[in-house]
This record gives sequence, structure tokens and C-alpha cells, in this order.
Amino acid sequence: MSTRSAGSDDSYVRFENVQKSYDGEVLVVKDLNLDIRKGEFVTMLGPSGSGKTTCLMMLAGFEPATHGEIFLNNRPINAVPPNKRGIGMVFQNYALFPHMTVAENLAFPLQVRGMSKFEQEDRVKRVLEMVELPQMGGRRPAQLSGGQQQRVAVARALVFEPDLVLMDEPLGALDKQLREQMQYEIKHIHENLGVTVVYVTHDQTEALTMSDRVAVFEDGVIQQLSSPQALYEDPQNSFVAQFIGENNKLNGTVERVTKDICDVKLDNGSMVKAQKVNVSGKGDRTTLSLRPERVELDPPKSHKNVIEGRIEELIYLGDHIRVRMNVAGNDEFIVKVRNRSDRKPLAEGETKTIGWASEDCKALDLVA
Amino acid sequence: MTDAAQSSDVLVAYDGTPLKQQLAKTTRRMKFRALLLTMPLVLFIIVSFVLPIGDMLFRSLHNPTGSNVAPNFAEAIQKWDGEDYPSDDIIKIFVEDLATARKNREVGKTVGNLATRVNYEIPGSRSLFTKTARRAGKITEGPYLDALIKIDKKWENKNVWVTLKRVTRDYTLSFYLAATDRKYDENESIVRADELYRIYLPILWKTIWLSALITFLCFIIAYPVAYLLSTLPLRTSNLLMILVLLPFWTSLLVRTSAWIAMLQKEGILNNVFVYLGFIGDEHRIQMIYNATGTVISMVHILLPFMILPLYSVMKTIPPSYMRAAKSMGASNFLAFRRVYFPQTIPGIAAGVLLVFILAIGYYITPALVGGNDGLLISNLIANHIQRTLNWSLGAALGTILLVVVLVLYWIYNKLVGVDNLKFG
Ligand SMILES: Nc1ncnc2c1ncn2[C@@H]1O[C@H](COP(=O)(O)OP(=O)(O)OP(=O)(O)O)[C@@H](O)[C@H]1O
Ligand SMILES: [Mg+2]
Repeated sequence: MSTRSAGSDDSYVRFENVQKSYDGEVLVVKDLNLDIRKGEFVTMLGPSGSGKTTCLMMLAGFEPATHGEIFLNNRPINAVPPNKRGIGMVFQNYALFPHMTVAENLAFPLQVRGMSKFEQEDRVKRVLEMVELPQMGGRRPAQLSGGQQQRVAVARALVFEPDLVLMDEPLGALDKQLREQMQYEIKHIHENLGVTVVYVTHDQTEALTMSDRVAVFEDGVIQQLSSPQALYEDPQNSFVAQFIGENNKLNGTVERVTKDICDVKLDNGSMVKAQKVNVSGKGDRTTLSLRPERVELDPPKSHKNVIEGRIEELIYLGDHIRVRMNVAGNDEFIVKVRNRSDRKPLAEGETKTIGWASEDCKALDLVA
Repeated sequence: MTDAAQSSDVLVAYDGTPLKQQLAKTTRRMKFRALLLTMPLVLFIIVSFVLPIGDMLFRSLHNPTGSNVAPNFAEAIQKWDGEDYPSDDIIKIFVEDLATARKNREVGKTVGNLATRVNYEIPGSRSLFTKTARRAGKITEGPYLDALIKIDKKWENKNVWVTLKRVTRDYTLSFYLAATDRKYDENESIVRADELYRIYLPILWKTIWLSALITFLCFIIAYPVAYLLSTLPLRTSNLLMILVLLPFWTSLLVRTSAWIAMLQKEGILNNVFVYLGFIGDEHRIQMIYNATGTVISMVHILLPFMILPLYSVMKTIPPSYMRAAKSMGASNFLAFRRVYFPQTIPGIAAGVLLVFILAIGYYITPALVGGNDGLLISNLIANHIQRTLNWSLGAALGTILLVVVLVLYWIYNKLVGVDNLKFG
């Protein structure tokens, strides 16, 4: 499911070498290639200004691509105006028409399509039930709570049964609890209707929990496109490793490469083993990436990678304890220790050994 | 709401006084202070607005000229029942009053004043009074009516006496009648004025119609401009906004004169037309000193009042609404008509109201470029206040204009809803 079949026939949306510049000086999107299958839930994740909205706008037809071609259902759509693309869209600020009631908002795309009054009412009623707002048809958007408005916006993007729905940070304005509930509901709707969804967010938890695949954007380039699990477990470069989840960095130099494992000499002289991901060979400078929960404190002697570190700070979090250590000159090194009853006592200032399995440590490109 | 707030027992403060009372006490000082802050404005409005308007209303109904000039006669004639002629006793008092007024020559109480007042009602009757007053002293014995008729045949006309009875009453509707092209006939019933004197109603209608036309033209021109301003990046739109406001920085007189230079028969526009061969030299178009001139220059002057409210409303409409409409399949036109336009209605409503009300009372521009045909009702009011000094008629016209504006405002409120207005 997570592997990508570039340019295959079953791709529903395809970006081919798409570039975009607003001012003719800066490329906001640089050479974007992306394939989305029918029925897939793909999320664009990335820091602010990385070009996510721009991609969505190009797909929806509100911004022309400066170069390259976008295909929808294997048809090039660069010349198709937005109202002929049949793409549902949920905007960041919902964009519910304030002068219409909820029902009128929902009926709008149906009216435009010349549907009969009777069918309009029927569809509006059904879609309101789907988003669990059956009583709210007569209200104005301003009379709804944020979460209700958001649901109406989703309903409006779905009511004319488009095959593709774009959502631009639809949950950005909601509080945490509501956001989680809405994530679940959107996911639920996606599964029930089988629509293709392209979703934009800069909340990584949201991206990981909802998507089939996630495209991590940075500076107009997709850094990695893979399933949430692969994104977390097998980051392809340091940017992704740092952007997704918590991550410990150790800098060093590659000494030897054997198949996909390499020996790395850390900057303080200790030797460790790491999985070779984004280094080319001996002599390369590298940044090792290690998830805090994969590091073991006081490992058995049998471990391949054992080095020492000093405990700087202990933070009690109930289910686990965050131990901030100084390891090989990095004093932001975090280890998560599960809070078990047989846990040995820890003290700040103590020197301890830590260890990890070689596959859990990724040798990636150097971060300064 | 909690039960406590709904239940009937009153909340009390610590010392047992009702909470509301306590709150009122503590906020009274603050309210008083706030009130003091508004006092300068309140006083200013009373002096510069409420009092003048009140005075205007009063003057349009109250004109004591008759009783000032001939106080005794004013009282006596009211006893006449309008049959035949007034009794000789009453006419005797009239002759005496005329003689006294002529002798005293007090300001505002001369025979001339009375003559002018009656002349408003019976045009061309001025000389009758001056002539009669000159000889009134020589009449020593009755019958007085015959003596008067001997001086001037017009005293035989019963309408003169009916009119005299009317103008010596201090409160009168005559000026409102005059302002609506009506008058009293000799039986004291209201009839339309003679064809020749029907001027005010046509001009009032013309004022309303021209104001509506000016408002409409302003709207047609301002809407696209405001839209452009609201969609351009801030730097460019600020620059353009300065251009929109530029007319405010030049004096009204200068602007109006510029229009004269542009539009007159030998003016720039006509020269260009002739040069380009659109019109022959002998067929230059008269574009100024008529209604066309008034409309053109007033549209120019009032345009910013339409652009500004439209702009401020359009500025608040995010582009995502139009995009949303299009993403749902609406064409550009449909998205505009169903989504964008309805949201600009508060701005349109405000702009239309502002421009229309300004236009209906406009005075300087029509006076300068309106000629005869482009004059508005305000020019007539000014004429009566400044030239003919018939203040009562001016006041009546002003009051009618005020009432027309209020009625239109009321209708407008019914149609649009004033809470829907958004001036900025
Ligand atoms: N209409 C525009 N004109 C010029 N530059 C623009 C325009 N819209 C976006 N940009 C620029 O393009 C870059 C990418 O913008 P974009 O809106 O795609 O970012 P984003 O990834 O959606 O960010 P965010 O998470 O903050 O929404 C930014 O540097 C932005 O300044
Ligand atoms: Mg964005």
C-alpha cells in the first residue's frame, strides 16, 4: 500500500515536473512529481511557507502552474477552469457563504448543476445527517460553533459527490479535543464514501493518524512520500527524521561500510554502528538519528552499540520518564524510560551507559 | 441561564440593599462622567442643528407681518364672516392702521411689509397698498369702503379682503401651499396655483430624479473601481486610493470651474470632439449650464462617497468565497451574482444613501454649472433666503425637503434595513 507506482495507469491525480513561481524570482514549488491513486488519503505535511497551499491551489485551478502538467484521471487539466474540474474543496477558513443558511450553502453546488428542487432537498438532508447536523439546516453559518461550521464545510465539499476532495488545514482553527474528533469523522467519511482526499496540514500527528500516505514538504520539494509508519521508522533524510516525531542527533564520520550497516566514529571518538540510509561511503560526515524510545538505559553487555552519557535532567511524565543526557557532546539527548515498578532509581549527574540496536540508528545526511 | 438568575427573589449585596441598586450607585458616577464628555457635542448640536431646524419649522408656519403692521385691524377683521364685505367699522380701523403705519415707519412694520406679504398671495397687488396708504390720512368720514374704491378699483374685489383676513393671522399654511404650487381661492378653499406659477413641485421632482440618476451613475462607476481597489495589493491600492480622494483636497469651486473649462461650448471636450470630427464646429454640444452639467460635475464630486463604503465592505470579503463558489462549479458570473454581490449590499446601501442624501440637498455645484435647467430645490431655497427674503417660503421648502428625505429614508430602511448599512 505504501509503495508508489510512478506514472502508472491507476494514478488518479498526477503532478508531472510541476514548478510554480509567483514573482518570477523564487520557485515556491520546485519540480514536483506526485501520484495519487483513486480512493487514497494523501496528506501534504510541511512547515509554514513550504508550498502546500500552492500545490492545492494549482490542483484546484486557482493558480496556474508555471511549468509542468497536472493530470486528473489521466487527463491534463492545466487549461480546465476551476468550475469545470469537479473538485470539492474545504478551505482553511471554511468559506461558508455568510448570507446563506446552512441548507442554502449545501444546496449551492447542486443548484449550479441544475438539480431539481426535490433532489436538492433530499441530498442536503442526507449530507446533513452524515455530518450529524440534521437540525441545523435553517441556521446561518455565524450561528454555528467552529466545529459545526467545519462539518458544514466538509459536507458542502462532498454534497455534489466529487471524486476528489481537497482540504486545506480544515482543522487549523479548532481546539485539540474537537480536532481529534473531527479527524476521526473525516477519516470515517473518507472510508465510507471512497473519495480521494488530498489533505494539507502542518500538524504531524494529524498527518500520521489520518493518511494512507504523507508527503513531507520542505521549501517546495517533497522530501519523502510514504506511509506514516515508514515515515517515522525509515526517514530518508535528516529533515524528515527531525520533522516527524522526536529525534536524537549524533554527528560523526563514516569509517567503514558493510552492506547496509556502517561503522561511524562519533565526534568524541566512540565507535557505533548504524543503518546506512543517506550516506555514500567511507569518509562521509553524517548525522545519526535515534528515536528516544529505541534507546535503552543500562543495556545488557551483549549490545553492539554501547556508549556512556551523563544524566542532566529527569522529567517525570507519569507513564514514562524523560531523561535528558549529555551523550558525545550533545546535551539534548533524550531517553524515554518506561515507568515500571522494577525500574532502577536514577539521579541527575549520574553517568550511565546507553545502547541501541544498529537498525534503529539511521545514518543520514549531516545537519550542521 | 442558571435557576438563580431566573427566580424572582432579588439578589442583595452584603449590606442588604438590592444588588441592582448597588450596581447603579457605583456606575452612576461613571455614567455621569461619560455624559460630561459628550456635553460639548450635545451643546454644539443643539445650537447649530436643533435650534436652527426648530426655527425653520416655526418660521414656515408663523408669519406675523400682517398683525405687526395693522394690529387693530388684524383683531377686528377676524370677526368678519366672509359674507359680502367687512363692515364699515372694520374698514375704518384698517384705514386708521394704514395711516399710523405710514406715519411711524418702524422697521418691519411698514406698509411696504404688508404689501409684500399680500403680494405673495395676490401677485401684482403691491401698488394697491402703497397708493392707498399715501391717501389714507385724507379719508375722514365714511362710508370707508367707497372711499377706498375711489382710490383704487381693486378694493371692490372681495378676494383682497379675504386675503387680508388671512394674512393678519399669525399662523398660516399659505407658505406650504405656495411651496407645493397651491393657493387659497376667495372661498378659502385650496386650489392649484395658476399654470404660470407652478414651479416648486416640478423642481422638487426634478431634484429627486436627478439625485437618483446621480446616485445610480456613481454606483455604476464606483463598483468596479472599489472592486479593483479591494483586490489589488495594499501598496498599489493605497496609491489608487489617494487618487480617489484627490478631489477632496482641491476646493469645490476650483473643481467646478475646471468642469466649466472642460465642458463649455468652447471648452476642451468640445474642441476635442470637433478636432476628431465627431461633431461639426457649428454643432458644439451644450454640456454645461444645464442638467447635464449638474449631473456630470455632481457625479464627479460625490463619487468618493460611493467608493469608500463599497471599498471598506469589499475589503472584508476574502477571495476564498469566490474560489469556494467556483470549486463547486459556479461560473465566474454566477459566483459573482450569488456570492460576491449579496455580500457587498451593506456597502451599496450605505453608499447609495450617502450619495443620494448629499445630492438632494446639493447647492453650490448646480448654482455654478446648472444654468436654468439644472437648478435644484436647494437653489430655490437659497434664492428665497438670500434674494427675495421670503424666509417663510424658504423655510417651508426646506421643511418639505427634510420631510421628503425622511420619508425616503424610511422606505429605504424598510427595503434594506439600516442595521445592514456599513459605512466603513
Ligand atoms: N499569492 C501569492 N503571491 C506571492 N507569493 C505567494 C502567494 N501565495 C503564497 N506565496 C508564497 O509562496 C510560498 C508558499 O506559500 P504557501 O501558501 O503554499 O505555503 P504553505 O505551505 O501553505 O504554508 P502554511 O502552512 O503557512 O499555509 C510562501 O513563501 C508564500 O510567501
Ligand atoms: Mg497554507
